[in-house]
Amino acid sequence: MKRGAVAVGKRVATAVLALAAAGLQGGCATAGDARDPIEGFNRAVFAFNDGVDRALIRPVAKGYETVLPVPVRAGVSNFFGNLADPVIAVNSLLQGKPADAVGDAARFIFNSTFGMLGIFDVATDMGLEKHDEDFGQTFGRWGAEPGAYLVVPIYGPRDVRDAAGLALNVMADPVGNVGHVPTRNTLTAVRLVSDRAELLPADKIIEEAALDKYSYMRDAYLQHRRSQVFDGRPPREPDAD
Amino acid sequence: MKHLLVILAGLLFTSIVSAEEIAPDALVRNVSNDVLDIVRKDKDIQSGNMRKIVELAEAKVLPHFNFTHMTTLAVGKDWRKATPEQQKSLIDEFRTLLVRTYSKALIEYRDQTIDYKPLKMQPTDTDVLVRTAVNQPGGKPIQIDYNIEKTDQSWKVYDISVAGVSLVTNYRSSFAQEVSTKGIDGLIASLRTKNKSGDASAAAAHQ
Repeated sequence: MKRGAVAVGKRVATAVLALAAAGLQGGCATAGDARDPIEGFNRAVFAFNDGVDRALIRPVAKGYETVLPVPVRAGVSNFFGNLADPVIAVNSLLQGKPADAVGDAARFIFNSTFGMLGIFDVATDMGLEKHDEDFGQTFGRWGAEPGAYLVVPIYGPRDVRDAAGLALNVMADPVGNVGHVPTRNTLTAVRLVSDRAELLPADKIIEEAALDKYSYMRDAYLQHRRSQVFDGRPPREPDAD
Repeated sequence: MKHLLVILAGLLFTSIVSAEEIAPDALVRNVSNDVLDIVRKDKDIQSGNMRKIVELAEAKVLPHFNFTHMTTLAVGKDWRKATPEQQKSLIDEFRTLLVRTYSKALIEYRDQTIDYKPLKMQPTDTDVLVRTAVNQPGGKPIQIDYNIEKTDQSWKVYDISVAGVSLVTNYRSSFAQEVSTKGIDGLIASLRTKNKSGDASAAAAHQ
């Protein structure tokens, strides 16, 4: 088991090095966006991630969507959403929103019990709104700038601020802290597929909308995160005149 | 003669009232409900008949959009460098691209229900944000917001954002890059190519 992990680790390291080399070669070719100083590298990782998505993740997510009826998929989505609520509560608190934090904690308590381990989102029906917070947003709320845009292998688009947040999110993730390895791996995979399935309708829209998928996704990611830091009400960016 | 004047005045008055009556939030709600009703009943549209969907969007939705404003927002500072002819081409091509994207979204999200958030608006406001949440079966709701401005004739949408991503300003960086490397005409050409490729794939999908 351990040896297998080392072999996989080596393969990943080789792939990352190859990507880095590709990135360095491509880096100078594009007259780029100031927010994306390592665009060449990012484009290489983006292509790699897109390949993995097309070959593996998207087909599985499509199968998942075809096979499972809506109530089951809703239950899975709610289950993982519930597991995230304690970390959301911590971040609400860190962002100076104690009332939200209490609501998030109450959601977790009600959904874990009356909601049968979170499969049913009874808290929303009780009027406890679901929030969406993470450490990257907390850093943003504290005034950290997003920094350079990064595409992380498998995890996808991030910026420097969110990459730092991602490390804390991963450490605080209840699924990642499950001691029983097969259970942890299964939960991680199911969550990935469930999250991906929710994004399937967006695929075709992005294909239709984007002149260049890489920059479309980049700009959408940066806008989306900016909006999240402001809880969905960002000040409108100044219109260029 | 007197009667005629009264009738004319009456007509004028009613038309003013009816134009004033459609508040921006009601506009979003009415148009969304109308369009989704049609989409849910029409088998051709559900099977992806792009031409029919675009026709529906042209008839029901587009009259409420301010494409000139949308295009200036997307093109940003390069807009002033464009000649009037180039500006017209940009508006035409960007309009087509947005209509195609909107139509695609209509098909993909046709089963969803929409919650309309209460509108906070002063009577003197001329620029408002109408907020909605689209509930996907088996998934988390998506926030969709409409920026709507008062024009001479009526309220018009000049931006739509999905999960905080403006569908209009999201193009600003890539458009600026196109213009800096290939000029305004280069951007127009890229848009044209993109719209043509959409036509081809839509035709192929329909056959």
